[in-house]
Amino acid sequence: MEKKIIATTSLAGCFGCHMSILDIDERILDLIELVEFNKSPVDDIKTFTKPVDIGIIEGGCCNSENVEVLRSFRKNCKILISLGECAIMGGLPALRNGIPIEECLNEAYLNGPTVGLNTEHIMPCDDELPMLLDKVYPCHEIVKIDYYLPGCPPRADLIWDALVALLTGSELDLPYEVVKFD
Amino acid sequence: MTNKIKIKIDGKEIITEEGKTIVEAAKENGIFIPTLCNFAGTLPKGCCRMCTIKINNRFMTSCTTPAAHGMEVENNTKEINDFRKGIVELLFVSGNHFCPSCEKSGNCELQALAYRYQMMVPRFPYDFPMRSVDGSSPYIIKDQNRCILCKRCIKTIHDDQGRHYFAFKDRGHKLEVILDEKMGKEMSQAIAKKAMENCPVGSIIYKEVGFATPIGKRKYDHQPIGSEIEN
Repeated sequence: MEKKIIATTSLAGCFGCHMSILDIDERILDLIELVEFNKSPVDDIKTFTKPVDIGIIEGGCCNSENVEVLRSFRKNCKILISLGECAIMGGLPALRNGIPIEECLNEAYLNGPTVGLNTEHIMPCDDELPMLLDKVYPCHEIVKIDYYLPGCPPRADLIWDALVALLTGSELDLPYEVVKFD
Repeated sequence: MTNKIKIKIDGKEIITEEGKTIVEAAKENGIFIPTLCNFAGTLPKGCCRMCTIKINNRFMTSCTTPAAHGMEVENNTKEINDFRKGIVELLFVSGNHFCPSCEKSGNCELQALAYRYQMMVPRFPYDFPMRSVDGSSPYIIKDQNRCILCKRCIKTIHDDQGRHYFAFKDRGHKLEVILDEKMGKEMSQAIAKKAMENCPVGSIIYKEVGFATPIGKRKYDHQPIGSEIEN
């Protein structure tokens, strides 16, 4: 069987979901028999070099770069999976949703209790920096997402079972204990 | 002596007493009907619609409908379970339910229902409303982000003179359950703990004891909600 190709990325996430992928422990040896990684922090490939079968997205979209990366994943991947609470509902970064962006930036750079070193009251503003979005968006509100694996982080068993089901085309029967939101 | 009556739930015949609601009759006979706003010992309100069942092809709330002889009830069917899952999803998108940062996670009835119906993602867009948090009471926090307006705290939490600590404020989409400012400040520790226990979600939180139970030992970590009823 030809190896399926996987790509992963972390948008507005904490890399906890990637840690959880590594948490499949020695099964990772079975995984590399089944798949090849393309663009991913796992192998540090920065750009897509071939069409990808499964794209795994961690984190929601909080800035313009996240949106661009997510769209490039949709373009290059046959199947997209939202991995974890942040990709599914924005997660903790989405706690800022509802608060005006100006208020958030003022708190972070001008008025917050830890801005003491910013004596010149500089607000980061550079063409090189991605623009913050008005709020943090769940991935499926930006592009079409095919599957969702909730959890913070998703249990390693959930990720493993879902990947095996996808790769082998078998039915996914999830035990109660693997679907959790925390 | 009360009259014994027979009803059928999903084809299974059960015996109950006249005057009992369908939720109570089902519970006594080991059948789980999910509820959120209903609370044992108080008058049913039928506002959350979680306990929706079908009688004679009509949707009814089983917490407010008394069982009647010969009734044929549909409960655990694909259609009704999807309807209930939809309600859970609506509740998730209409508030700010950040499970990973919530003290009630693992003991939350709304979350437990989402687990039971395997909600992977809500089918509705997220609302992310702007809501307030009231920490004025010495023992509890009233977090409007997580409130599902079930009214359980209003109905069950009162002092020995019958005065309520919680009340509805405003109407329509502005409706909130608020804590009485003066009574909240005088609230005892025992009442504060009871208020947290009676809240199905993490909207009433007892201060300074968050995340006391580790993951794996919480109420709904291993067994789905309702499994204590089902036989």
